[in-house]
Amino acid sequence: MSEKLLEVKDLYVNTEDKEILKGINLTMNKGEIHVIMGPNGSGKTTTANAIFNNPGYQKAGGSINFNGEDITNLKTDEIARRGVFMSFQLPEEIPGVSVTNFLKFAKNKITGKPVKIFEFKAELKKYMEELHINPEYAERSLNVGFSGGEKKKNEILQMLVLDPKFAILDETDSGLDVDAIRTVSRGIELFKNEENAVLIITHNTKILEYLKVDYVHVLVDGKIVTTGSAELARQIEKEGYEKYKG
Amino acid sequence: MAKTNLEEINRNIYDIRNEDNYDYKIKKGLTPEIIAEISAQKNDPEWMREFRLKALEVYNSLELPTWGPDISELNMDEIATYVRPKTKLSSSWDDVPDDIKNTFDKLGIPDAEKKSLAGVGAQYDSEVVYHSMKEELIKQGVIYTDMETAVREYPELVKEHFMKCVPVYDHKFVALHGAVWSGGSFVYVPKGVKVDIPLQSYFRLNSPESGQFEHTLIIVDEGASLHFIEGCSAPKYNKVNLHAGCVELYVKDNAYLRYSTIENWSKNMLNLNTKKAIVGKNAQVDWVTGSFGSKISMLYPMSILNGEGAKTEYTGISFAGKGQNLDNGFKVVHNAENTSSIVNAKSISKNGGKCTYRSLVRIGENAKNSKALVSCESLMLDDISISDTIPVNDIRNDEVEFSHEAKIGKISDKTIFYLMSRGLSEEDAKAMIVRGFAYPISKELPVEYAVEMNNLINLELEGAIG
Repeated sequence: MSEKLLEVKDLYVNTEDKEILKGINLTMNKGEIHVIMGPNGSGKTTTANAIFNNPGYQKAGGSINFNGEDITNLKTDEIARRGVFMSFQLPEEIPGVSVTNFLKFAKNKITGKPVKIFEFKAELKKYMEELHINPEYAERSLNVGFSGGEKKKNEILQMLVLDPKFAILDETDSGLDVDAIRTVSRGIELFKNEENAVLIITHNTKILEYLKVDYVHVLVDGKIVTTGSAELARQIEKEGYEKYKG
Repeated sequence: MAKTNLEEINRNIYDIRNEDNYDYKIKKGLTPEIIAEISAQKNDPEWMREFRLKALEVYNSLELPTWGPDISELNMDEIATYVRPKTKLSSSWDDVPDDIKNTFDKLGIPDAEKKSLAGVGAQYDSEVVYHSMKEELIKQGVIYTDMETAVREYPELVKEHFMKCVPVYDHKFVALHGAVWSGGSFVYVPKGVKVDIPLQSYFRLNSPESGQFEHTLIIVDEGASLHFIEGCSAPKYNKVNLHAGCVELYVKDNAYLRYSTIENWSKNMLNLNTKKAIVGKNAQVDWVTGSFGSKISMLYPMSILNGEGAKTEYTGISFAGKGQNLDNGFKVVHNAENTSSIVNAKSISKNGGKCTYRSLVRIGENAKNSKALVSCESLMLDDISISDTIPVNDIRNDEVEFSHEAKIGKISDKTIFYLMSRGLSEEDAKAMIVRGFAYPISKELPVEYAVEMNNLINLELEGAIG
């Protein structure tokens, strides 16, 4: 019997008086990879931000339970410290803070333990090699002057180093060329194990060719309209979302 | 969204205030009698006594500046200009009295000396209480001593340079300084001598309602080089304290001087400090400045590039919190061909604090083929803080490369959210952004000072999430 990790129940979310999510239900177990697909503006990114309780998104109803605990109204950093991670569509630039120092600081905050510097650096180096990231980037300011693809790879690097229980990848594959998508997929494979789970938010299916996906959810106009296997994604790639639109 | 309460800060070690335990404190206010009394107390030679009295006349003849922050609350009749601590100048740390020693111990001064400095001076209120320098530098002819000793022992060098770079007519507070100056450091580096580890002076003002008027005179002779570090702090009292120091730097042909400062005054201090460098042919002066604390600061270090090929770089940061008005900047005068200046100024303001970058770039008619690049960047941590840039650019020939860039930024909610999603609290996130913003400055400082600066930033940002 698989163990439940995330349970989103009847979630309603507004941004600036506009109703975006209209009753989302989503259950994920440990060891699973889920995909949320949907047309632009359907509420995919809102779902990710709502799970992470971004103050810019107001919850109008419903609950989010993570690892047996209600996290609906916890602060973002408290949610992160419980093992939730999100790869951002547009990662922020932090001038003057190197990738190494940033991750060391974040790792310390997430684990609550001092970071062993040699072990940490070795681990960082290993993951950077796996993701084909130029080793010089370890000392560069976080995301400053990084190309779109480099920023996305850096998000995956952060996921590997911080080792969360649950990772949301928001459009991580968008705007990437085939090689970068392959590298990102490799990062996800490296991360994935029987104890954690991944939620991939995307509107194309390229990345799904490289990963073993358990469920695909189709989100249209703030609601999950259908759920299926990886086959559903291939069907949508051919047919589009037309038939799900109200 | 939860608000961060950044108001209550703990200046911990900087606010240790010792009992006002002085040996001699001059009457408050300014009269020729008081100046003569200071001069007598200090055992000045005749020329210095006359110099002080002349400076007082100039002081009385000059008006307060009509621009910049309002300093009308300053009442010179309430400020004691000379406070002599109960001790004699010592070259052994053990001989410094305990209360004074403890203060400097907590500020990390003797530790810094042991680790990485060529020499150290420590001034407490008006007098230098400790001075030492490594033996090998003495052998090379380097002079590093307190200013009073220099006046007595090196009269020719001092007379030739003292308040020639910064004349008493410059402005009212320089004139005041000329009248009441006390303490400070004198450095002479002979021709061709490279001092490769830094010298450091630390100024500590303990006594309430008093002023600190230290005079720093540095001469780096032809082809020589030096890194000088200056640190300043004071505990907080309810009454206004005044700091009107004066720094004169002579960087002769082919010489190099780096002048690093961390000023961390208490938040009732008026910091009206004057710093100027005269730079010779193919010589270079670099300023690295961190300005923290003080209620009002008016501080505009200046480089006068007199020699062909002279260079200067200014790297500075100011941090203003509630009730603080930091009016800082940099002035450069290009007086010769092929001179260059590079300015990288940053400011941070929060809780209604105000930072102004006020600058002057003057490129003379004869300064052909010169270059001046100014970049200033400010970061505001909330909507009630103020940041301003007031540049004056006076370019008098066409064959120059000149640029002035100004950027004003705020910390966005998106950035905070991004960092919080990595487990950082809102406070940690803000502190990280601010430290990163300050990094181009802190990396120019010696490591102990970079650490001190980061600690100061953390102190300024400390507070509970409300």
